[in-house]
Amino acid sequence: MCGIVGLFLKTPELEPQIGRLTAEMLAVMSDRGPDSAGFAVYGRPSPAGLKFTLRGGDFTSLAAQLTARTGVEVTLERRDDHALLTLPAAAEAEIRAALALISPETLIVGAGTRMELYKGVGLPAEVSARFGLPGMSGTHAIGHTRMATESAVTTAGAHPFSTGRDQCLVHNGSLSNHNNIRRALVREGQVFETANDSEVAAGYLSWRMGRGEPLDQALQSALSDLDGFYTFVVGTESGFGVLRDSVACKPAVMAETDDYVAFGSEYRALTRLPGIAQARIFEPEPQRVYFWQRAA
Amino acid sequence: MNGVPLRGEAAGREVVDLSAISLRELHGVLHGLGPDTNRTGWRLLNPDGRHAVAVGLDAPIDVIVEGHVGYYAAGMNARASVTINGNAGPGVAENMMSGIVRVRGDASMAAGATAHGGLLVIEGNAGARCGISMKGADIVVRGSVGHMSGFMAQEGNLVVCGDAGDALGDSLYEARIFVAGAVKSLGADCEEKPMGEADRAALAALLDRAGIAEMEPGAFRLFGSARRLYHFHVDNANAY
Repeated sequence: MCGIVGLFLKTPELEPQIGRLTAEMLAVMSDRGPDSAGFAVYGRPSPAGLKFTLRGGDFTSLAAQLTARTGVEVTLERRDDHALLTLPAAAEAEIRAALALISPETLIVGAGTRMELYKGVGLPAEVSARFGLPGMSGTHAIGHTRMATESAVTTAGAHPFSTGRDQCLVHNGSLSNHNNIRRALVREGQVFETANDSEVAAGYLSWRMGRGEPLDQALQSALSDLDGFYTFVVGTESGFGVLRDSVACKPAVMAETDDYVAFGSEYRALTRLPGIAQARIFEPEPQRVYFWQRAA
Repeated sequence: MNGVPLRGEAAGREVVDLSAISLRELHGVLHGLGPDTNRTGWRLLNPDGRHAVAVGLDAPIDVIVEGHVGYYAAGMNARASVTINGNAGPGVAENMMSGIVRVRGDASMAAGATAHGGLLVIEGNAGARCGISMKGADIVVRGSVGHMSGFMAQEGNLVVCGDAGDALGDSLYEARIFVAGAVKSLGADCEEKPMGEADRAALAALLDRAGIAEMEPGAFRLFGSARRLYHFHVDNANAY
């Protein structure tokens, strides 16, 4: 069992509140996943160009060391055991190389122009608080509370998984053909950090999108290629998608208003959203791709 | 509720605010009501998607729930009438024994699962596996049902005024399934049957009890078990 929450805003008014709303939704889903939690928030684009969410290693003088080595101006904002590094997009390769040299134990867990991704072991409310989720703003956000079944309870095993720029996925369920798919994707050059089945689903979608498919088409392909139980919620730079397998035993409830689309594993997670009493509440159908996209 | 605050009386009903009182406390009172109780009217406010609201009732009481509920609402119901003015999560009225459960909105998966008796009315749509393994209850859905509804249903009636999803009535035993709309596909060993007078009368009575006046029994088709999976068939020996 796991819990999923997601919020995709259609209007800017709620943007400053998206962190608080997501944190509240995550906390309610603690019963479904008390061992770890994580979230991705799609904020305004970084003025510098690119955002890396980092985990592991010593952040103390990392920004200064990166600048000293590359001559590139970067900023680093620490959030508990993660850090947000902003850098000019043109210097991405240089900064990645320098980071690998200066702090090889530091992982880039999320990269993109808008996405920041934080996760950790512990009760969802504690994880949210550690990273300051309630204070974050953005246009869409996805969160997950984990009750591990397929791999260890570690930060790396928590969701979301990001396997492509501004792309992330959370999963409730368990895949049965992930080892096969992982092998095939590794041959295609996709990189995986864990033995987790959900990371394979994320990698699969990234691979599809890397070949030019839009998210909705990639999700459509997943229906025939991924075997097992799943409810997925997926974020991209400007999109938000939901997919359930044909059996659809993993619960899902959605709410839509003029201002937002919200996802919850259970309706309980949605009860504190503004205007929920007037929202259109529905259960996403199995094997149907749900997809929302923001105008660029 | 025995001195518990936020209890009010409205239209002869005792009003309980679930945002102020724990379900355990409420159920402690409801489960203590006997067959001749005079505390028969209840109105539950702010269920906010909580699980197991109004489960295990076993008294002739009338409970109205004002809002959406989570898993297993009105589960194991006996004798009580429970009306949910909202949507219900998975397993509403699961294992019901008798009484009436009415969902004014939609119900999620496994509505009325394993229910032995009573009537479940869903005025909206029901999700997957509606009436799975039902054992004698009657279920009337004003809208449509999802895939694998009536799976292994043993006894009782499932009435669907809208459409049915894939694999309707898979591995069905002796429950009857009436569908007015389209059936996406039939499950293994489920087949359409001619509707006899007794079937038509039972359907008409159920529509009447459910308060659905606008549907004619003649609009429905009847599905039941082909009974080919009842016994071991020697031709299938290699499959074992």
